[in-house]
Amino acid sequence: MEVVYITIGVSIVVAILFFIAFIKSVKSGQYEDTYTPSVRMLFDDELVSEKKRKNKVNIKINNLNN
Amino acid sequence: MEKEQFYYDNKIVKMFLWATILWGIVGMLVGLTVALLFVYPGLLEFAGADNAISWLSFGRLRPLHTNAVIFAFVGNGIFLGVYYSTQRLLKARMFNDVLSRIHFWGWQAIIVAAAITLPLGFTSTKEYAELEWPIDIAVVLIWVIFGINLIGTILKRRQRHIYVAIWFYIATVVTIAVLYIFNNLELPVTAFKSYSVYAGVQDAMVQWWYGHNAVAFFLTTPILGLMYYFVPKVANRPVYSYRLSIIHFWTLIFLYIWAGPHHLLYTALPEWAQNLGTVFSVMLIFPSWGGMINGLLTLRGAWDKVREDPVLKFFVVAITGYGMATFEGPMLSFKNVNAIGHYTDWIVGHVHIGALAWNGFMIAGIVYWLATKLWKTELYSTKLANIHFWIGTLGILFYAIPLYVAGFTQAFMWKQFNPDGTLVYGNFLETVTQVIPMYAMRAIGGTLYLTGFILLAYNVIKTAKAGSTVEDELAEAMPLKKISGQRIAGEGWHTWLERRTVLFTILTTVAILIGGLVEIVPLILVKSNIPTISSVKPYTPLELEGRDIYMREGCNNCHSQMIRPFRSEVERYGEYSKAGEFVYDHPFLWGSRRTGPDVHRIGGKYNDNWHFNHMLDPRSTSPGSIMPRYSWIIKDNLNASDIEAKMRGLVKLGVPYSEEEIKNAKQSILAQAKKIENNLRQDPEFVKNYGNSNIQNKEIVALIAYLQRLGTDIKASNKTALK
Repeated sequence: MEVVYITIGVSIVVAILFFIAFIKSVKSGQYEDTYTPSVRMLFDDELVSEKKRKNKVNIKINNLNN
Repeated sequence: MEKEQFYYDNKIVKMFLWATILWGIVGMLVGLTVALLFVYPGLLEFAGADNAISWLSFGRLRPLHTNAVIFAFVGNGIFLGVYYSTQRLLKARMFNDVLSRIHFWGWQAIIVAAAITLPLGFTSTKEYAELEWPIDIAVVLIWVIFGINLIGTILKRRQRHIYVAIWFYIATVVTIAVLYIFNNLELPVTAFKSYSVYAGVQDAMVQWWYGHNAVAFFLTTPILGLMYYFVPKVANRPVYSYRLSIIHFWTLIFLYIWAGPHHLLYTALPEWAQNLGTVFSVMLIFPSWGGMINGLLTLRGAWDKVREDPVLKFFVVAITGYGMATFEGPMLSFKNVNAIGHYTDWIVGHVHIGALAWNGFMIAGIVYWLATKLWKTELYSTKLANIHFWIGTLGILFYAIPLYVAGFTQAFMWKQFNPDGTLVYGNFLETVTQVIPMYAMRAIGGTLYLTGFILLAYNVIKTAKAGSTVEDELAEAMPLKKISGQRIAGEGWHTWLERRTVLFTILTTVAILIGGLVEIVPLILVKSNIPTISSVKPYTPLELEGRDIYMREGCNNCHSQMIRPFRSEVERYGEYSKAGEFVYDHPFLWGSRRTGPDVHRIGGKYNDNWHFNHMLDPRSTSPGSIMPRYSWIIKDNLNASDIEAKMRGLVKLGVPYSEEEIKNAKQSILAQAKKIENNLRQDPEFVKNYGNSNIQNKEIVALIAYLQRLGTDIKASNKTALK
């Protein structure tokens, strides 16, 4: 069963890589805020095309007129 | 700081979307075909019963189905979601458009290569890693390119925080690369033939270490990443608990790597390894269910949307399916439950809950939603999507439930004893014919599921036609503030060169790594090829050729070669399998299903004529059998021209063939084949049909030689009481 040197060895190496990534991510403040990211990803940052923007303005003006 | 304007690459996402749909239909169509072969074994005998078509036989089509749905359908589905969400989460276009295109076309080329080579019988026989060595290398290269593209995008991101979905993608890229390389270490002997560098028990260990992690890091982590992006997006609700998602991620990847041995419970794998795998597999229920809960509870307060939106319906069933499969997995890892489930069709049902519900429905939901986003229009028909959802769900139920029933039926029939200590169902075939109705129902379930997916294709094509054709979307975001220690990709020629060097270095490293490992690994392992059972000897040249035919035809897809130490199995098959019997098996052929009986002790059980007739027409020797006919093996001449190369390759891997044996290989083949031909001529029926025609040069003779050798080595030492 010498192959366990390979499988366990490689698994440990991968686990250590994950562990280093984990420590680094904690240290660099990835997990300081565990709420904002979940909300931030909901906002689209694609620029609204000109047409749509005009529509929205028109709707607003209409609403004001009513 | 100025806001920067940049474009998202939508074209690559569209390309992956079409590829996902195309390969989804292809993969499921092949799946339906093999499902029908269980019910109508003669379905594809277009050229008449005596002219079976080799590349349409079950043993070759089943790996085609598994590879197509895993790597072609789910693979493209993963890339589709990853390429869309990564750009938006990191507020950056993909690192390099050329790499994106190479990734796309390279992956499709690999799929086409697989679709050609697998039916032609080029296979390494290791489940979900059947592709032969040239394609394996291509897979690794394209995967590394995908990795560079992803990491590069992360480096040039405009959003400091890395959302949890991206973490899942990173884990996927890293782990799959490592696992794929180690499990596919094989020594090429010809252009399209290689032998695994591991043997027997060791090969089994590496195979399932890979096999289970393919489930973990190809079919689970990337899809979870997609779940954490698309479910909140579609529901327009933040994920239930971001903190839980972080815990979910780190615990899942730490635990998953160790679960592989639960595929080998009660086999010849050392007990401690089995127990280790079991412990980790049972623990895995916690992160998995954490993820399921996190996904479902994201919809809290939004369940009214689920009624309106078919996409959310797909997601709900997908996540529920994930929960079902990840409950079942740990349960099946308990050894006493595994004793029932292993080798039965329960496992096939279990796998398909994951495949059809978790992967298939998740991807279907993503495809519907992205169609509206990419073409900036409404879905062509919400009603059609709802119909797809319902028949798809029905399809899943019709697929899984009959197979659960079939699995328990098989297990209990295999194990049942009469009061006098004989098996109630001594004839294995009774346990097969008993579950044929379940197979028929499974095929109906598959048909429903495929029909639903074809509706998706139609719906998306219509949506795309009606939509606008904007390829790239403009977006703007603040660039990241430079922090020392944080490398941010600049635009100078120097950094460009640096990147090229990085790419070049990585590719060379991969090449060196593969080459080096093929050399080094056997060195480590050859020691263990010292047989613990002295009577176990390497295969003769003819048997070796026969074994290669066995592998080519994918016999291991239905026949196991691993008798577990249960009273019922010892009674049915003979002495249970010992680790020492497999030391020369490159690769191992233990199999993981028993649609047919175990063959590890088949050597000497029947005469040569029985095997001959059984291959020609399985129904003649075993009425009711659903095995394919192998008439081409009887017609085709054995091509043993590579035998020396094969034996020399095996010598490198530690199989003790002497130089003399290699030199005399061809004579040895002739002599042994002649013996078998003489045996066949003992039967007057055979002489009547074949007269004086030459049989000794045919492939069937090699196959018979191999089958008659199986499991016989320890019988010699049995007399001297095996310890």
